[in-house]
Amino acid sequence: MNEDKTTTPVDSGRRGFLGTAAGVSAAALVAPGVFLHSVAAAPRTEAVTDAVRWGLLIDTAKCADGCSACVSACERENGLDLQEPHSATSKWEQQQAAWIRKVKLQDNQTGRITNLPMMCQHCEDPPCVDVCPTGASFKRADGIVMVDRHLCIGCRYCMMACPYKARSFIHQPLTGQLTAVPRGKGCVESCNLCVHRRDNGEDSTACVDACAAEGHGAILFGDLKDPNSAISQRLREIPSRQIREDLVLNTGVRYAGV
Amino acid sequence: MAKAVVRIGLVALGLVWGAFAAQAAQADEVKRYVVEGSQAAERSACVEPTERMRRMHMEFIQHQRIATVHEGIRDTQYSLTGCVDCHISYDANRNPRPINQPDQFCGACHRYAAVDLNCFDCHASVPNRPAADAEAAHRAAGVTGAPHGGGH
Amino acid sequence: MKRVVYREWRIAPERYWSLLGFLAALIGVAALSFGYMEHEGHWVSGMNNSVVWGMPHVFAVFLIVAASGALNIASIGSVFKKPIYKPLGRLSGLLAVAMLMGGLLVLVMDLGRPERLIVAMTSYNFSSIFAWNIFLYTGFMVIVIAYLWSMADRKGGPFNYSIGLFALVWRLALTTGTGSIFGFLVARQAYDAAILGPMFVALSFAYGLAVFMLVLLFSFDEEGRPIGPRLMRRLRNLLALFIGVALYFTLVYHLTNLYIAENDSLEHWLLLSGGIYTFLFWVGWILAGSLIPMWILYHPVLSQQRDWIIGACALVIVGGFAAMYVIIIGSQAFPMALFPGHTIIESGFADGVNGAAAAYWPTIPEILLGLGGVAMALLITAVGVRVLQFLPESLADDVVAPDEETLDAPPFAKPA
Repeated sequence: MNEDKTTTPVDSGRRGFLGTAAGVSAAALVAPGVFLHSVAAAPRTEAVTDAVRWGLLIDTAKCADGCSACVSACERENGLDLQEPHSATSKWEQQQAAWIRKVKLQDNQTGRITNLPMMCQHCEDPPCVDVCPTGASFKRADGIVMVDRHLCIGCRYCMMACPYKARSFIHQPLTGQLTAVPRGKGCVESCNLCVHRRDNGEDSTACVDACAAEGHGAILFGDLKDPNSAISQRLREIPSRQIREDLVLNTGVRYAGV
Repeated sequence: MAKAVVRIGLVALGLVWGAFAAQAAQADEVKRYVVEGSQAAERSACVEPTERMRRMHMEFIQHQRIATVHEGIRDTQYSLTGCVDCHISYDANRNPRPINQPDQFCGACHRYAAVDLNCFDCHASVPNRPAADAEAAHRAAGVTGAPHGGGH
Repeated sequence: MKRVVYREWRIAPERYWSLLGFLAALIGVAALSFGYMEHEGHWVSGMNNSVVWGMPHVFAVFLIVAASGALNIASIGSVFKKPIYKPLGRLSGLLAVAMLMGGLLVLVMDLGRPERLIVAMTSYNFSSIFAWNIFLYTGFMVIVIAYLWSMADRKGGPFNYSIGLFALVWRLALTTGTGSIFGFLVARQAYDAAILGPMFVALSFAYGLAVFMLVLLFSFDEEGRPIGPRLMRRLRNLLALFIGVALYFTLVYHLTNLYIAENDSLEHWLLLSGGIYTFLFWVGWILAGSLIPMWILYHPVLSQQRDWIIGACALVIVGGFAAMYVIIIGSQAFPMALFPGHTIIESGFADGVNGAAAAYWPTIPEILLGLGGVAMALLITAVGVRVLQFLPESLADDVVAPDEETLDAPPFAKPA
């Protein structure tokens, strides 16, 4: 059913550009077949351990109103921009998958406005993992909460249980998925802290890079268990909190200034 | 009675021969689905002897998927991405053809064996990422327009 | 007091087959809806990333809850030793199995990847109430089938009480488990309440009995089998009592929420300004589903008339669906309190901007799928009563056991 459609480029302009860019940079950087960054960042050979715990620190003071660089970077990185609308616009907005979103809030009492990105908070005790009947929703040893799509039956109980509304269900059939980010109709998914980057030993996530490139630097990524990591140091310096602290989920994503 | 036995025997023989011939033809058919210049092209067999691959490839990648998804191990020799990288073929415009299409490497055999193939419901059926081995292979094969997405 | 004789349901073949044809057609349409939703993906349904469970779940949960409730009649007969209910035990068990099958079918057909059901059967996460429910549901079916055997077969008689007791405990666990699917969710304000477990048990009493009474009255009327006023009075009073119990739990649930300041906004929305949910709560759940049926059932004149009793049962079922809609969909539509004390004024993912509820409107395939589950339950029942001896020949006053009985009295209604 979906074989024939796949050859239609979903975004040929973007792919063409990336292809050329990759080609050019490759030609500039490497001897045939070898990429420079593949020397620095090699695929993992050993199982992840709980010696690290990946997390994010979001400084809402630096998060700019109207900027959505992190959102579009995430969509590009994880192929979410390849989703094609199926239902009517207003309905589709509720049905398409999103891993990260910008939220703007106002304090009811003081009127103070805060901007922040919301994504999977990578809880230490994730409710989505508790409720998943098949164990498809799981927490990796390094703290990343993700979905094993091979086990996901699409019951959406995890979406009922997530206090952050971080998860999305794939409502539509799709083709042209990215190699690094498999995705299929009928499964649930959410932010996985760019797990393919983690496993290739890279430094950051797409949203962090994009935010830094915009000059905001509102998001910090790193190992929460390493006391010398930038994120741990920053967390010691400035006051931060978890969203819905009352649930005591010990989230891996922390916010400053809310 | 004896006649009937002989006749049945002949028919059976014919069927068996037919099946083998078809299988051989199928095998010849799929040989061209190894990307020139890819790792596979330089080897006599896939990551395991061909016969073993034919029977066991699902076990290999199924075992691998647990290691990759749950433990983050991505360097082992078995990988679905690897299947696609080496066995993809290209149309006249040098566009990769989805590997699960009924006339392609995975699709053809699975159709022949009537085995459901749903890896590519979710996984990319063409090399769809920058960098990595596929890139070099495709360039060596003279393919310039290989599609890319995000991911590193 | 005569011996109770059970006999197959022998209505005229043309009438029987047209009934079966109608139910089969409904199931066929539901199968088509399932195929459509499965092929296209869930975007054709009204469900979205905010309201993730929709109309199929309303039907499925109603059927599952009513299934456990339908078994009450059998329990009252064999566990609580009320002989007047004994002749009803078989139909009660059959309905329970049939409705559970119907409900589960709807639930499964709505999965994103129903072809992976085998995964749900082989890979378990025991911290999930859902996983426990898979065992509770399949176990329930096995136990009730054994229960039916003990009621119908002479050899099963000695085990009747123990199996019945086990089935009763199991069904209480099952309904509590079903309620806990929602009650243990801390994420959403309307769900985060342990009372949902017992509340579902109370609701199941009322829904199960209402469905049971409708099926009993319909099948008896169709074939002209008599039901005496004594039994009618018992069933009627029991239903009224169960509605009252359900209403009590509903009241406590909302009073608790009203008392807790953080849930003020939820209650204000649900009880006053929630649009369709407010309407369904007051008009569907409370008025049509509880108060009017209670009024009918306690009314000195109306409660004597069979048609009014049928009407009351139907209203309880309508109210049940309204209640499920409010509990399942309304609770999801109300925005999650991500930032207490703040108002979300912009969001890229429908986070309840300015307190707006999430949009959900059921689509036709969803409703047809749900109706298919109901049809499946009725079809199983219709086939069951036709081929096996589920229905007593008569429930006239001279057949059923007297009202007053003592525990040490010998059972009046022996298995036929």
